[in-house]
Amino acid sequence: MPLTREEVKKLADIYHIRLSDEEIALLQDQMANILEQFESLTQLDTENVKPTSHAVPLATVLREDVAVPSYPHDEVMSNAPDKQGEFFQVHTVLED
Amino acid sequence: MEHYDITVHEARALLESKQISAAELTESVIDRIDSVEPQVQAYVTLTEDVAREAAAAADKSLSSGDTTPLTGIPMQIKDVMSTKGIRTTCSSLMLENFVPLYDATVVERLYARGPVLMGKGNMDEFAMGSSTENSAFHPTHNPWGLDRVPGGSSGGSAAAVAAGECLFALGSDTGGSIRQPAALCGVTGLKPTYGLVSRFGLVAFASSLDQIGPLTKDVEDSALVLNAIAGHDPRDSTSIPGERPDYTKALTGDIMGMRLGIPKEYFGDGIDPAVDAAVRQGIKTLEDAGAIVEECSLPLTSYALAVYYIIAPSECSTNLSRFDGVKYGFSVDDATTAWETQEKTRARGFGPEVKRRIMLGTYALSSGYYDAYYMKALKVRTLIRQEFEEVFKRFDALITPTTPTTAFRIGEKTDDPVSMYKSDTLTIPVNIAGIPCVSIPCGFSEGLPIGMQVMGKALSEETILNIAYTYQQATDWHTKRPPGLGPGPV
Repeated sequence: MPLTREEVKKLADIYHIRLSDEEIALLQDQMANILEQFESLTQLDTENVKPTSHAVPLATVLREDVAVPSYPHDEVMSNAPDKQGEFFQVHTVLED
Repeated sequence: MEHYDITVHEARALLESKQISAAELTESVIDRIDSVEPQVQAYVTLTEDVAREAAAAADKSLSSGDTTPLTGIPMQIKDVMSTKGIRTTCSSLMLENFVPLYDATVVERLYARGPVLMGKGNMDEFAMGSSTENSAFHPTHNPWGLDRVPGGSSGGSAAAVAAGECLFALGSDTGGSIRQPAALCGVTGLKPTYGLVSRFGLVAFASSLDQIGPLTKDVEDSALVLNAIAGHDPRDSTSIPGERPDYTKALTGDIMGMRLGIPKEYFGDGIDPAVDAAVRQGIKTLEDAGAIVEECSLPLTSYALAVYYIIAPSECSTNLSRFDGVKYGFSVDDATTAWETQEKTRARGFGPEVKRRIMLGTYALSSGYYDAYYMKALKVRTLIRQEFEEVFKRFDALITPTTPTTAFRIGEKTDDPVSMYKSDTLTIPVNIAGIPCVSIPCGFSEGLPIGMQVMGKALSEETILNIAYTYQQATDWHTKRPPGLGPGPV
């Protein structure tokens, strides 16, 4: 069963991505088809199984906190789409 | 054989005995690129100037005797690995003009060994895809049949190696993105154990699955490149500590008594009979070399695809949230608020497949679905890992086909994501379990290459490479080069 328009729209809002009406309509069907493929997993009993988030088990890796020079400021800013002086420039965050 | 068609180890012998110079080798590859790139389109960015400079430096090293196995060797790097001062696009409009401040660890490690960078390899956008048709710039064509896909996502890398547009390439493999294109383009592709090679500077797609590895013309080259890139890196917290062996030393050509499992789930339904037959013939070759072959079973194989298409999109939706149009990358100029900038930047900067996966990942991670999808997938991942661990108690390695079919036609699967995803059915389980796997050419069907996988337990690169090497000692599939490329009617 296809997802509803509202369901797809809600996900897009959560992610802060704008989708066109055509994209939403296509995703309603495509996502439903893909999600259908996931149903097979319900056949497996995972009641007492621990989740694996990483294939190679590593404990939290710690290192000495050594101060090293940062990248030069102008280099770090060189890819910024919009800047003012030393700062990244963005539009209004909080609206009236 | 033309210089652009030789292997890394063959080139090394010619360079060290002064039969050719690094400059001549590099010019041979540049000429080859000029001649076939309009057809193959394996590159996003060409770096001839960088290449000529590096070749001159390599010639100096060669004359002073200060060399490594990779000195003066022309290479390509998939455009998902950061190269300082050279744009790194991930074949996305989002990063079309992005120039990294630093080199990825693998790039740094390679540069220290003196190879020659020819350019950056085309790929599916952000490594999401199985055909390189998802590149925002242009598709790559399979050198064995220009109307066919090269596979993906490292399609540009596999095609470049096959077409002689570099001697080796680095790709990345999240669900088969090195091995599947290697199989479809008739080259050797290795996905190392997760954590063997540093991911620092690799633009993240699915962090718990991504791994960098070589695409080469044969297994000996694969070991040479792995020697260069493998190593612990304090900048990657998932990097496995400790020294790495010299992988070339494992290539003895002796597999007498080695136990090889043939998991039955990788054969049969959905596998092209020609692929099945070629791989079974390959298994026979290994048996003739002294291996003990026995059928086995990995019953959870069919669940791996679902696990992957939950975990990978979930991680991708998190990783790609960094693209907000503020610090780097594409940004729209018709927004009036910060949120609008972000929404519109993503709308125009990402292509359809990336959007699809972001949306799937957001769905699987969202409240109400997290346990049913994401947590369930992580638990099944545990079961799949355990299943591999069990089978590797009985076998040194497993042999399977790499892909269900040979290269499909460009455009054939673009409208049907599920059918595209299924082309990774045989490569995905390896990433879920984090184990190493190499794909090698094992035959042809109607002029298109077929690939065979050798899988091993974690950190068994020496074993699987030796098995693949032994196979290549007994066969000549890996020496075939695509005919009919270049100017003129094809």
